[in-house]
Amino acid sequence: MNDILILFSYDFFQKAFLAAVFASISCGIIGTYIVSRRIVFVSGGITHASFGGIGLAFYLGFNPLLGAVAFAVMSALGIQFFTKVGRVREDSSIAIWWSLGMAVGIIFVFITPGYTPNLMSYLFGNILTVSKSELWWMFILITGIILFFAFYYRMILYVAFDEEFARAAGLPVSLFNYLIIILIALTVVLNIRVVGIILILSLLTIPQATANIFTKDFRKLLFLSSFFAFFGSISGLLISYYLDIPSGAAIIFTLVIIFGLVKLYKHFF
Amino acid sequence: MSPLIKIDSLTVGYDKVPVLHNVNLEIYDNDFLGVIGPNGGGKTTLLKAILGLLRPMQGKITFRSDIQKRNVPFGYLPQVKHMDRNFPITVFEVVRSGYLMKKNGVLSNSGIKQKVDTLIHEMGIFNIRNKAIGDLSGGQMQRVFLCRALISDPFALILDEPDTFVDNRFEGELYERLKELNNRMAIILVSHDIGTISSYVKSIACVNGELYYHPDNIITQEQLNSYNCPIKLITHGEIPHTVLKRHQ
Repeated sequence: MNDILILFSYDFFQKAFLAAVFASISCGIIGTYIVSRRIVFVSGGITHASFGGIGLAFYLGFNPLLGAVAFAVMSALGIQFFTKVGRVREDSSIAIWWSLGMAVGIIFVFITPGYTPNLMSYLFGNILTVSKSELWWMFILITGIILFFAFYYRMILYVAFDEEFARAAGLPVSLFNYLIIILIALTVVLNIRVVGIILILSLLTIPQATANIFTKDFRKLLFLSSFFAFFGSISGLLISYYLDIPSGAAIIFTLVIIFGLVKLYKHFF
Repeated sequence: MSPLIKIDSLTVGYDKVPVLHNVNLEIYDNDFLGVIGPNGGGKTTLLKAILGLLRPMQGKITFRSDIQKRNVPFGYLPQVKHMDRNFPITVFEVVRSGYLMKKNGVLSNSGIKQKVDTLIHEMGIFNIRNKAIGDLSGGQMQRVFLCRALISDPFALILDEPDTFVDNRFEGELYERLKELNNRMAIILVSHDIGTISSYVKSIACVNGELYYHPDNIITQEQLNSYNCPIKLITHGEIPHTVLKRHQ
């Protein structure tokens, strides 16, 4: 116990703790939407496409997160555009953007002179290296998400549940969809530093699956998912510290183990 | 009396491919219109055009002036099989969603809540108010969506195959309820089940690429012929049924 208190006195650990709190809230809320709406695969596409922006930023020498945001938003809108206007099957257009982003990223990283030291932390995340400015951006994001969901809770729920009905009732469904997809893109990108491109889907889906064992009410899912995400990421963070293993992977493992234990418990009791 | 809905030489479809051609139809306040026809004939397309979900390629649909002011003039009950039953939403919220952004006479939050509770009580589903829709039976589900359609006090109720996935007992109950609702609003009912629908509706529209309107509710051989294949109606004994003469 004393160990943990000492840990909290370290600056890097305080930042990591805050990052875990912020990531849990944004991923808990946005992930609930993604899972309910069955657009997990879209989110995977956006996440991986953002790697293109990271590569480009490495090559041109600007902030990789800016590049990632640009590519994530572009792919999010691109997927919708391909599907709705271009009449490409949705899963195919997701796969196109997914792989295009990765390909662009790999090419730019390859032609960037010298060694790119941070690459691994973008792919697999490192919650211990999250910077102060990144924490501020994460804080702004969760404030935005919380306000958006608080003010438009019912509209979000109704559009997500039955888009056609909402359209018939005259709700601005397309505008809503674009807004949400941009929020998804931002959530994904700002949480890349926590668990990485490859693992971010887990924070958006596993806590939601665990929460779903207890409730089928959208509102309760929002809170419960955030709670399980928080519990999992803090436990994972501590485990990674004590076992000296990568934090991103440790967090995912913890999330899955919590899910498994809860599922088993509910099954037998 | 001017019609509630007036459809004028309407051509409509998906992705520039017309499904319905040159449809003319007028719907009045107390109409109970049954829409029948084969799959892919354009029944749902017609409903979507009326609901404003599809834009006319040619012709137009006009609404009476008092309807135009309303944001949600129609109650719409879509095919339940298209619903995502695993979506985490409660019965209360589904019904409440029917009250979306109504322009006139907006109620306060507690007003809407009371209105929803009164309606679901009437419909006998108050006890499942907080259940997730995934835990409901077919009949309960149908009632929930009927409540959602009715919560906005619509001018017209538009139902798309409400008889699929519903047990016989609730089906009878549903049609009785529709008959009663028809005193207050127009009803447009799409159905495969021409036998059942015929006894309740006041007029029939046969839809198969085009629309043939019949101002009464008698099913003729010609209407059945629009199915383009030999069909038989199978019934068990003891219900009243009418067999119509073959046309010469």
